[in-house]
Amino acid sequence: MSLIVCRDLVKTYRLGEMDVHALLGVSLTIDTGEFVAVMGASGSGKSTLMNILGCLDVPTAGTYILEGTDVSTLGENRLAEIRNSKIGFVFQNFNLIPRTTALENVQLPLFYRGIPAHEQKALALRALERVGLADRQRHHPAQLSGGQQQRVAIARALVTDPSIILADEPTGNLDSQASREIMETLTQLNREGITIILVTHEAEIAGYARRAITMKDGVILSDRNAGGVAVARVVPQEVRA
Amino acid sequence: MNFLLMTVVVAFRVLARNRMRSALTMLGIIIGVGAVIAMVSIGEGAKAAVQAQIASFGTNVITILPGSMTLSGVRTGHGGAVTLTIADMEELKKIPGVTYAGWGRRDAMQVVHENKNWFTTINAVSPDYLVIRAWTALNGEFFTQTEMDTAAKVVLLGNTILKNLFEPGEDPMGAMIRIKNMPFKVVGTLEAKGYDTRGNDQDDVVFIPFTTAERKIMGTKFMGSIGAGYLSAESPEQMAQVVDEVQRVLRQRHKLRPDQDDDFTVRNQIDIAKVQEGTSESMKLMLLAVASISLLVGGIGIMNILLVSVTERTREIGIRMAVGAKRRHILLQFLVEAVVLSAMGGLIGVGLGVAGAQAASNIAGWPTIISADILLIAFGFSALVGIFFGLYPANKASQLNPIEALRYE
Repeated sequence: MSLIVCRDLVKTYRLGEMDVHALLGVSLTIDTGEFVAVMGASGSGKSTLMNILGCLDVPTAGTYILEGTDVSTLGENRLAEIRNSKIGFVFQNFNLIPRTTALENVQLPLFYRGIPAHEQKALALRALERVGLADRQRHHPAQLSGGQQQRVAIARALVTDPSIILADEPTGNLDSQASREIMETLTQLNREGITIILVTHEAEIAGYARRAITMKDGVILSDRNAGGVAVARVVPQEVRA
Repeated sequence: MNFLLMTVVVAFRVLARNRMRSALTMLGIIIGVGAVIAMVSIGEGAKAAVQAQIASFGTNVITILPGSMTLSGVRTGHGGAVTLTIADMEELKKIPGVTYAGWGRRDAMQVVHENKNWFTTINAVSPDYLVIRAWTALNGEFFTQTEMDTAAKVVLLGNTILKNLFEPGEDPMGAMIRIKNMPFKVVGTLEAKGYDTRGNDQDDVVFIPFTTAERKIMGTKFMGSIGAGYLSAESPEQMAQVVDEVQRVLRQRHKLRPDQDDDFTVRNQIDIAKVQEGTSESMKLMLLAVASISLLVGGIGIMNILLVSVTERTREIGIRMAVGAKRRHILLQFLVEAVVLSAMGGLIGVGLGVAGAQAASNIAGWPTIISADILLIAFGFSALVGIFFGLYPANKASQLNPIEALRYE
């Protein structure tokens, strides 16, 4: 069974008098264990797609089935639960809570899951160990380098044992050395069986992924695996019609 | 419950990050609660002092004054008539619910002891008068029936007289003092009562038997005419009924036609107490108003700071939502922060208020009463203020769009 099945996703925003069509019919299937890069210029719709895949937003039309559950029609509370249990986010600007220790940042998703404090701590510590930062657990984000902060963020994404990690330009604010380390960490996690969806506009970063989806103007332009072979024919409905 | 507890811990941590800001935010509540507690404690103390004064008048006392008389169109005022008599009082004593009946007359005269003298009130009374008005003998005893019958020249001294006619430490018992050049033997001294509700020194008085005054000192228009009569009722509930009965009996005895006014006045102590109660009621209302305003201002301060905090922490709210916080989690978090702020402010305010009340009684010497009730109410109210004024910012935080919040710079 596929992990993610999207059919004809459409997202329309209303900006004043104008309707902005961010997604114009995106269909996509991602299987468990894949490492997918989503590429495209700004305004291509890749962020909107990420928000929908991350259950932060719902599509205007179309269906999104995550692990067999149609999440495109769920209410806010159910979406929050799905974000908590199935999705881990890694952001460009790390998005750690300031003046809060690394350990507490990693604990945050478990806090909302409502498990006992000592279990939260044990799990968070294990996640920090996986990214090699167990010795930095008492440090605040401001006391960590960019690469370390991003690894704390990855630990926070990992701690709930999610089905997918959604990484949105995870190396955008890092130097090339740190970028390489972060990508190696993500690659390693993918080898351990975690599905990773990576949003980037850098071809070099996308090169770590085994499948690249390129978007433009709200539709998928190409969808190829590492060998350059098309994964699926992706023709927007409008073009077909 | 577990989640709530953890939220409280988190709230404390967040507030501790901005110590100065949190302290300043709490200040409004601290001052409000502190002021209310100090003021209520002082107010309650003053009220108790007034009540003690009222009680010093005696309990369930009904006073009967001879009324005014109209002579060729001139009205004489209270005591102008000499129509109230001992016989009236003895009759009134038979009314059910009356325990004691006493009477007296007063005049101001010079009293002399050796080389000292003092101008004071001579109160000529029947023995029951002293019981009704709750006097207690410090030394010696009240007049006996024999002393009354024989118009004995004996005197009881109020505390102020004792201080002014005798040297400190001098034993007044058995000493002779002169009133109108007549020697009186001191048979007792009275416990001090202090000032009455109008500020008069109640101890600036000497008591002599009524009969002695009538026959030897003050004279009288006719035997048995009294200056004032006093009754004590068994219980406060019976007072109204006794007053009615007194009126009926006296009108009948004085042969007043239905169209004639009373030639006497009946006062009862409950009326005085009611006036006092009214005063303390309006005082309470004023305090309540002051308290509400200060808590309102404190609450607005909390709301203001929380709104700033929500804006500052927009990204944090976005992060929390992204990792699975539901709207109610965010709402609860900010609400708890508001309540922690206001409740801590309330707690500090309670401490300061108690300290302030203590200081008022230690330094200024005001009587204060600190009741646990008011401490609990003030504290509870401050917590409620937190909920009320925290609701708007907390709701605002919980309604943020997670995508926009995550992008907020």
